Amino acid sequence: MKLPFADRSADRSHKKAGVRGSARFKLTWAIWFLVAIHAVVVLAGFFAPYNYETQDREHPYAAPTKIHFVDCAGKFHLRPFVYATRNDDGSVIGYNEDCSQPAKVGIFVHGDEYSIVGVHSTRHLFGVQSPASIFLMGTDGFGRDQFSRLLYGGQVSLFAGFVAASFSALVGLLLGGIAGMYGGRVDDIAMRLAEIFITVPWFYFLIAVRAFLPLQISPVVAFLLVIAVIGVVGWGRPARLVRGVVLSARERNFVLAARGFGASNSYLLRRHLMPLTFRVMLTQMAVLIPQFILAEVILSFLGLGVGEPFPSWGNMLARAQQYNVLVSYWWMLLPGLAPVPVFLAYHSLAETLQERIKSNI
Amino acid sequence: MIRYLARRIGHAFLLLFGVSILLFLMFQAAPGDFLSEIRLNEQISPQTVAHLRAQYGLDQPMPVRYWKWLKSTAKGELGYSFAYNTPAAELLWPRARNTLLLSVPALLLSWLIAVPLGVLAAGWKGNWADRLFSGGTSVLLALPDVLIALLALLIALKTGRFPVGGMTSVSAQDQDNWARLRDLAWHMVLPVAALVIGSVAIILRHVRASVREVLESTYMRAAEGHGLSQRKILFGYALPAAANPLISLFGLSVAFLLSVSLLVEVVMSWPGMGPLLLEAILARDLFLVIGAVMFSTLFLIGGNLLADVLLYVFDPRIRRQA
Repeated sequence: MKLPFADRSADRSHKKAGVRGSARFKLTWAIWFLVAIHAVVVLAGFFAPYNYETQDREHPYAAPTKIHFVDCAGKFHLRPFVYATRNDDGSVIGYNEDCSQPAKVGIFVHGDEYSIVGVHSTRHLFGVQSPASIFLMGTDGFGRDQFSRLLYGGQVSLFAGFVAASFSALVGLLLGGIAGMYGGRVDDIAMRLAEIFITVPWFYFLIAVRAFLPLQISPVVAFLLVIAVIGVVGWGRPARLVRGVVLSARERNFVLAARGFGASNSYLLRRHLMPLTFRVMLTQMAVLIPQFILAEVILSFLGLGVGEPFPSWGNMLARAQQYNVLVSYWWMLLPGLAPVPVFLAYHSLAETLQERIKSNI
Repeated sequence: MIRYLARRIGHAFLLLFGVSILLFLMFQAAPGDFLSEIRLNEQISPQTVAHLRAQYGLDQPMPVRYWKWLKSTAKGELGYSFAYNTPAAELLWPRARNTLLLSVPALLLSWLIAVPLGVLAAGWKGNWADRLFSGGTSVLLALPDVLIALLALLIALKTGRFPVGGMTSVSAQDQDNWARLRDLAWHMVLPVAALVIGSVAIILRHVRASVREVLESTYMRAAEGHGLSQRKILFGYALPAAANPLISLFGLSVAFLLSVSLLVEVVMSWPGMGPLLLEAILARDLFLVIGAVMFSTLFLIGGNLLADVLLYVFDPRIRRQA
């Protein structure tokens, strides 16, 4: 006799495998995308056609350069090209293309000098011969190429988030581990402290902590400072999670056995309990990093983070607060869109990891 | 009920104490204060600066200053603003009211949208609506709040139908109360909309997740087997069973909304606590900074207390415990 529910369970396990497969796909996709975008950002010098500081005084607030295949005479070219642009009437309205000055888009062309981990080069992935210029995302008020600045800005924004999250996770691992292991008063104090950091509205706290630190500082110091501030404000949640894992694992048999053999608390923590927190922490990192990237963007947007001339997605967006810029030059909003794909990837990563933990328990 | 609430309020007070002590410790560690700017000015003699320091109590050790601050807080002053030369609370109250004017309607609106939609979405599984929902909330979650606020500002500037920044128009000031109220509401539309868009996705996700978890339990399958309608199952049975974590989330969502509100206020020049906090930082007016954080914590605690009361009312398990 065929049991109806036997059938059903088979059906379900099949479905589950399908879900697993799509989750795996999502995971792979998210990881590869993130690796790629970080690589591009690290190699910004090569992928960006210009330096982040290079100013084109003739082209402030130039719209994104149009890339043509068909020239003014209506002839089709296989290789894309751009026209040099000029501001003819001296107004601020815009730029006109000069049909007599086409410039082909070249690959591996020479341009501004840059250095990546000590290697100097002048080769860029793409570019055009001057007097034409290629601004994929337009220029800002100083005539600096937004696309190039966006890539360089990613170095600040993406890595500030990553490093700050690592810092938070480390502090959380340490304090949460100690709190869970030793319990009693240590646990009470650590967790009350964590509670303060978790409950106070996060931007307010972030900005307040920033308020206690000096305002006029160099971009490098500002970068480190922002990381420190975000990391300090964010350690509460990972600490609480680690404590939970340690607390439940403390009474498991292999831990008790190790203790029976005379293992010390710190040994147990290092050798047996910390490895158990690995998966939870990985997931937590995927949750924290986009949050912290956003924190950097906001601090720099408010003028409390990394400042000029070095770009960050936040300080690039700050210019868009001026009404005339916001209304006339839509491309100044593009730095605000830059984090979206990154966040999507991190969110989907976090979601899949969370589901995995749930389904394995 | 009263004992339960008293315990909660006691806990809240401890939290406020903790926050203020923490802020004072950071205050202490901070290099430079309001007067360090003045000290650079050669026209002001060192004696004057020293005198001012003594007057503001900046030369005293931290415990003494904290005690003084506590006393001034007990009087409802929350310390003294150096830059404005008034008690900090006087500056903060109207700003806090304006912040609430944005966040409370946004909070209610977000939940009014999120609960029905989230419960419905829990019922869709694997179909196109589910996919649309997942995609939509993912994108909303990934949009930076700054961008949402800037887009709202752009709408105001481009259409010209909405007021750009501020919370009142000059023309409405000499009219009757009704016109002033309408003017205020008109100013609120875009900031509140930006806040709702910035916060609704995360609530939606939580509502759907917790209702879905309930739907997987056996008694829900039993209800289904009895032939109850989908709507009855979702709203009549699943929602109340899933209410507990959601009510807790209601309390927490206050914190989230306040954070987003800070940004929206700054971008849309709404005279709330956000712009004041930013000014205070640039002027190194640290008591004002501490005051603003204390106020935001107070609102959060208010939200959590409300959530506690709601939990007490709706969840019999909590009543039993208390």
